[in-house]
Amino acid sequence: MSVAIPLVEHFARGLDAPICLTWELTYACNLACRHCLSSSGRRDPAELSTAEAKAVIDELERMQVFYVNIGGGEPTIRPDFWELVDYATAHHVGVKFSTNGVRITPEVAGRLAASDYVDVQISLDGATAEVNDAVRGEGSFATATTAMEHLAAAGFGGFKVSVVCTRHNIAQLDAFKAIADRYGAQLRLTRLRPSGRGADVWDELHPTAAQQRELYDWLLAHGEGVLTGDSFFHLAGYGEALPGLNLCGAGRVVCLIDPVGDVYACPFAIHDAFRAGNVRHPGGFAAVWRESELFRTLRGPQAGGACAACSAYDSCRGGCMAAKFFTGLPLDGPDPECVKGFGELRLASVEPGSAPKPSLDHSRPATAVPVTLQRRRPPDRACDENPLTLTVR
Amino acid sequence: MPSPVLDRAWALAPQVSVRPEPFGALLYHFGTRRLSFLKDRRLLAVVQGLADAPTARAACTGAGIGPAEIGPYERALARLTDTAMLEERRP
Repeated sequence: MSVAIPLVEHFARGLDAPICLTWELTYACNLACRHCLSSSGRRDPAELSTAEAKAVIDELERMQVFYVNIGGGEPTIRPDFWELVDYATAHHVGVKFSTNGVRITPEVAGRLAASDYVDVQISLDGATAEVNDAVRGEGSFATATTAMEHLAAAGFGGFKVSVVCTRHNIAQLDAFKAIADRYGAQLRLTRLRPSGRGADVWDELHPTAAQQRELYDWLLAHGEGVLTGDSFFHLAGYGEALPGLNLCGAGRVVCLIDPVGDVYACPFAIHDAFRAGNVRHPGGFAAVWRESELFRTLRGPQAGGACAACSAYDSCRGGCMAAKFFTGLPLDGPDPECVKGFGELRLASVEPGSAPKPSLDHSRPATAVPVTLQRRRPPDRACDENPLTLTVR
Repeated sequence: MPSPVLDRAWALAPQVSVRPEPFGALLYHFGTRRLSFLKDRRLLAVVQGLADAPTARAACTGAGIGPAEIGPYERALARLTDTAMLEERRP
């Protein structure tokens, strides 16, 4: 079959509607994860009302957005959460929501198992309580485990166990897979971004170069059986691409709607520089998606800058925009975790404290999880609603 | 030789939603939560014609695809049946 331009180019130039989008329903959260990309904690008084949220769902239905990845904060603590989930699925907008598990009772699990149109992601950032709780807070491993038990007991097959890969859990990849298998769930691994509070812990938590390679090899070995939300496309620079589109979908095929209705290019870019508009403005979400200046720019030709001369550029495309931005690197330069090491070199010349700070912070005061984890770096080894499963080539 | 895909009758699975795009279409299966891309407008026409055609081969003919170029379409349809996007229709 001949096509004039490669499919991936169509995506790079943007679609009339996102394929899926992330919608953070609230900044309120019962936890205070150290790496929270939305700096969540307290509810924002300006969060969308139930009626406003339903109007957004109506728009998504009209635009034929297949599903939304609902997150937060902890979305399930919004009093109208189940009402909105029911409204979305009744309007042909599928829901995949991320939760720390706090509200997944046996009753809720039973209800979820009965719906084809709802998927659940339980966040787990350590395969043991020690590793998980050091990042997500004391008791969070137990909460997640109880939720997974309830889902499995209710017969919810194929829910997702969602892991942010860090320096402390790369050694646990097989253990995460075993946990997912035990509950009949699917493992989903995503990249730690220096977004939100993640910026404060990125130096300490992001995988070392050797760990990145280990992760890449592990992902290649597991193929489509492990989801990644297309999150590791910067690793394509090693050679063979990982399953997925391997492109930055920000403002092109994905975006973020935050709890107050602001639309950002992607969930990892909550900053004024990446804010395209607000769903409360005339024209709603569709107008932001189709007409925003920012999104038009993202859909235009991108300058490769210093990376353009690199042999890996066609594979990694310079990596993740948000990761560069929040580490103080230029957007047309290498990703901070560039597999060729160029990002690391550039980071050395970034003046400490000069990287842009997130525009919003809903952290609860003095709730940060104390650092209890000992550095467990292996002795001297240096070193994503994937929703996008390519099935027709 | 009869083809296991082309000489049977098919229809889109009821849980599949189709979104036409300039390059072809996006298909999403709400049950398997799988997204597929149809990379060709004619493949979209074939898929849309399946429900009213006696066989997939007839749907291809209806979309203007002759025997000489049917190979890639047969493979694409086979992939869609493997991933439960299409269901066999029995008279």
